[in-house]
Amino acid sequence: MPKTLVDIQNITFKRDERVIYDDISLSIPKGKVTAIMGPSGIGKTTLLRLIGGQLKPQSGKILFDGQNIPGLSRNALYETRKRMSMLFQSGALFSDMSVYENIAFPMREHSQLSETLIEKMVLMKLEAVGLRGARHLKPSELSGGMARRAALARAIALDPELILYDEPFAGQDPISMGVIVRLIRSLADALGLTSVVVSHDVPEVMSIADYIYIIAEKKIIGHGTPEQINRQTSPLVRQFINGDSDGPVPFHFNAAPYREELIGTGAGK
Amino acid sequence: MKQIHFLGQQTVNLISGLGRAVIMLTSALMHRPNVRKGLPLLLTQLYAVGVQSLIIILVSGTFIGMVLALQGYTILVGYGAEASLGPMVALSLLRELGPVVSALLFAGRAGSALTAEIGLMKATEQLSSLEMMAVDPLRRVIAPRFWAGFISLPLLAAIFSMVGILGAHLVGVDWLGVDGGTFWSVMQAQVDFQGDILNGVIKSLFFAFVVTWIAVYKGYSCDPTSEGISRATTATVVQSSLVVLGLDFILTALMFAG
Repeated sequence: MPKTLVDIQNITFKRDERVIYDDISLSIPKGKVTAIMGPSGIGKTTLLRLIGGQLKPQSGKILFDGQNIPGLSRNALYETRKRMSMLFQSGALFSDMSVYENIAFPMREHSQLSETLIEKMVLMKLEAVGLRGARHLKPSELSGGMARRAALARAIALDPELILYDEPFAGQDPISMGVIVRLIRSLADALGLTSVVVSHDVPEVMSIADYIYIIAEKKIIGHGTPEQINRQTSPLVRQFINGDSDGPVPFHFNAAPYREELIGTGAGK
Repeated sequence: MKQIHFLGQQTVNLISGLGRAVIMLTSALMHRPNVRKGLPLLLTQLYAVGVQSLIIILVSGTFIGMVLALQGYTILVGYGAEASLGPMVALSLLRELGPVVSALLFAGRAGSALTAEIGLMKATEQLSSLEMMAVDPLRRVIAPRFWAGFISLPLLAAIFSMVGILGAHLVGVDWLGVDGGTFWSVMQAQVDFQGDILNGVIKSLFFAFVVTWIAVYKGYSCDPTSEGISRATTATVVQSSLVVLGLDFILTALMFAG
């Protein structure tokens, strides 16, 4: 049984009065790819922000290597963040810096390496994502897929212990998708990095994840290896895995009956 | 009853907003400075905030000085007091128009740009990504911009007053025929370094503090949407302008009314 790097214990998180997570627990083993799946809008990104300490739960613990993230002081939290990194959905590259400068940024901030060594390391990271030739470009000159790959190079710049991927496959062309899928898997296999992938792209996640949690309706509705998930019979899990438009998760957002709205005899808006 | 509830809500919002702004600024500024990393950031912002505001300050200062001289001359010449044109223009600029108008222009040019830039960094998750890279955005983004504004505005106000006086000289002496020697010597005799120049600089420092503070806070706290950034940018210009005018009255009363 691999050691657990992140242990989420009974967290409840609310935004204003809206409950996002109701007493959920999950474990993220060291050196493995763990996927968090679920329909849009259920707070998958929120979970990554909770792990990163950008949000605090109302109750429960989030242990990173034994340290309770919500209970850390500001300085201790920043020290802990040096051991993790996050690939944002938008890439979040610094728009006033070139691709090269973006990737060199965390190295310059957190290491005493010489510029010669930083240059070599940046080129190695860029080579891994296939963007060595694009190092002089600004983020505004990159396509969406290239920006995500550059952001991935920046996320692995300091070889963190934990990488949080926020929807890494969303809106990617096949080439970028292939590069990112291959990299997430090979980073875990070759370097032993722990990965948490938040996504609703079922085939890609099934192909790389070691363990999957499916979240819906504020709870974990299913978890297991990809094979175990495929065998689950829960209607909620089946609807999500099969991509059925209607089922326990309704296709329509809560609304007055369609017929009443159209002929004007209903409660109205 | 509704009005009382609304008024109470607005007061609570105002006080909590002020509290958040104070916490943001103290968190950004209260740390040991790192010259190696901080100086290049400060120089970049001094260029963006200060140097790039020079054109509007130079043009506005020159024209305001020229108009002051033209208006002043037509009034003073009726009393045979055109020799007082120099001190009239200089005192108007150094005590009031230099600090106030340059602060208003600064809020419109640099303040709005600061808010929009920080707001856009928030909307595109650049501030979040800094946090996740264990780099404090308050120190990295807010602090250099705040110091750049605080340093730039008093210098811009001094430049504004200087070119205003030169503009007044151009109109008063070169065009309307006031004696150049009289223009400068009466100005020199009437303008007091501490009472006029230094008080003007103190006003500028106050204005620089509040305008830059409002600008960086509005950007940092805005809703990360295009509408939110637009609202924050407008709020920066409107609130900065009103605070500058209100603060100017208080400072003038304290400095010159006694």
